[in-house]
Amino acid sequence: MNVLIAEDLYLLRDGLVHLLQAHGFSVVAAVESGPELLKGLLELRPDVSIVDVRLPPTFTDEGLQAALAAREKVPGLPILVLSQHVEQLYARELLADGSGAIGYLLKDRVFNAGQFIDAVRRVAEGGTAMDPEVIAKLLASNARNEPLAALTPREREVLEAMAEGRSNAAICQRLHLSESAVAKHTASIFAKLGLAPSDDDNRRVLAVLAYLNSR
Amino acid sequence: MQWWGRPPLAQTGGMLVRRFGQVVVLLALLVIEVPAIALSLGMLALSFALGMVFLFPPQVMMVRRLTRLHRRLLREWTGVGIELPYLPEPPPPAPQADGMYRSDRTLYKTPRIPAWNNRWKWLVSDPATWRDVAWLALDPAVKVALMPLFALVPGRGLRVYALWSELLLGATAASRLASQVSHLKRTRNLAADSQAAEMRRIERDLHDGTQARLVAIGMTLGAVEQLVDDDPSAAKALLAKAREASSDTLTELRRLIRGIHPPVLAERGLADAVRALAMDSPMQVTVDVDLPHRPEAPVEAAVYFAVSELLSNAARHGDARAATVDISCDGPNLRVTVTDDGMGGANPANGSGLAGIERRLAAFDGVLALNSPPGGPTTVTLGLPRVLPEHWAGKVAKMPRWKATTIILLWGTAWCPTFPQGLVAGFFKIFDLDDKAWFLALYMPEVWQWPVIVGMITLGTLMYVMAFWLSNHHRERWYERVLPTRLSC
Repeated sequence: MNVLIAEDLYLLRDGLVHLLQAHGFSVVAAVESGPELLKGLLELRPDVSIVDVRLPPTFTDEGLQAALAAREKVPGLPILVLSQHVEQLYARELLADGSGAIGYLLKDRVFNAGQFIDAVRRVAEGGTAMDPEVIAKLLASNARNEPLAALTPREREVLEAMAEGRSNAAICQRLHLSESAVAKHTASIFAKLGLAPSDDDNRRVLAVLAYLNSR
Repeated sequence: MQWWGRPPLAQTGGMLVRRFGQVVVLLALLVIEVPAIALSLGMLALSFALGMVFLFPPQVMMVRRLTRLHRRLLREWTGVGIELPYLPEPPPPAPQADGMYRSDRTLYKTPRIPAWNNRWKWLVSDPATWRDVAWLALDPAVKVALMPLFALVPGRGLRVYALWSELLLGATAASRLASQVSHLKRTRNLAADSQAAEMRRIERDLHDGTQARLVAIGMTLGAVEQLVDDDPSAAKALLAKAREASSDTLTELRRLIRGIHPPVLAERGLADAVRALAMDSPMQVTVDVDLPHRPEAPVEAAVYFAVSELLSNAARHGDARAATVDISCDGPNLRVTVTDDGMGGANPANGSGLAGIERRLAAFDGVLALNSPPGGPTTVTLGLPRVLPEHWAGKVAKMPRWKATTIILLWGTAWCPTFPQGLVAGFFKIFDLDDKAWFLALYMPEVWQWPVIVGMITLGTLMYVMAFWLSNHHRERWYERVLPTRLSC
């Protein structure tokens, strides 16, 4: 699987390259600035790209802008955005096109190699990977949303896990539930939120995120 | 309605009666003024000739009360606003480290005497004190002299009287500057204090939080180093703990960074940073930002933290469900309005939040206006005057092209009549040189030669003066605009 890395700190870039190579990815490019990133994304069309938000030359949101611009030209280009801080604003911008294959994680998540690689794979396959902190913020700003308030605590946990982009199987594992229990919870959540049920993991996640995003 | 026509007779009549009434009041004030003059001259003589210095402050206060009364009456009657010219009162004396109060080279146990000394110095060194005395001494004579005018055209007479009063009772450039300097000093101190407090807070957070956690991580890693050979499973558990601790440290650092300068603000500017705030708020917040460009970083930060504080206040204390944030500019002035539908009744005296915002804004001469009736809604308006570049509004006083061309032409050609045709031709004439070259004057008949030379020099000088005057005139107007006049305080 081809992967592109855009990160301006040498140590972190090098660490990411080693980590990904150790897990069977082939790193096609490791760039360190916004313009290089955009060029790489459009020319190499990597299977997945790992992009830092803040990049030279302006050290503002160069990486995010490049990712958005590339996805505008190539819809659904898989990109996992990493940042030192997560913002709802950026999450909403990344999710706005609704085409999936997008991730937005805190840089700390790299510490847990297993989960991080899992997230990279998920994004490469067209899924989503949202940082739990983003989801917590999305839910907090939806605090006065009545259908959400009507969820049971267990359903809420399932919703959080689902919004992070996890598949049914992953949710079972994390919450120590049986496959059928998770299916029951998701059906109940979808009914309460008034969403159309779907068997496809990715489409389901996008529906939940779109729901949270809409207010 | 014929507003341009003659006002109805009754109204003019009423007006005239009122004017005469005002004149009578003004003249009746002489009954107080004349004894006041005698009294204050006596007090001045006693305090300065006989050393009864304690009589001086009451004398000044008495005169000031009289002048204040006149300023107020004249503003109400004639619309001539006479600015207060007085220097700001000195702050109360601050104790030294040993609890003593210093006045020059003497130390006192209580602040009474230093305060009195400061006050005395303040009153005696303020030129306005003496201008007040001069006004008071001359005023009866002026009133008497204006009597005929008062009797014939009372409205005009009052105006003339107001202008005379403004001459001695109004602010001078020096007094304006002095009050501005003291205002700037105060805001600078406020800004420096809040900066220092912020630094201390950051230092404390780093010291108690981040630093302590890093020490703990280091110790855990040391333990892992010892355990790794003998008890790999325990080492692994410790490593997981260290990783968790590092993650916590990062979370804490992120919180700290947000408090110093939020990353979105640095990355996207004020508009998006406020939008991000709105998204994170539990309320339904509508954001409307209408700025053509990004303001300067300190202004952005001040506005961001103010809006952040106001939104969290609204959600926490006001129990609001919805709020609107409106940021707009009016020329160089920035205006921020935050409205919420909470229960209102906010009072700056109760919480330190609003006071903190005011302190932050003070550095920019910003003001905070709060309107929070019980039951809501609460509206807070922040005004930051002159914080945006003037050219945003396209209001830069640009020199008109004709003026610029004239100035360039004048500067470019004035040398010709002044030097060759004037001074050099005169030099040739004095030394009677044969060569006429291109000097016009030397081709003239003998009688005309000197007048032409003098005329040329005059013309050249006039051109220089003109060019200088034109460009200086423009600069003066620019100067007027840049120097703020009196600050309201």
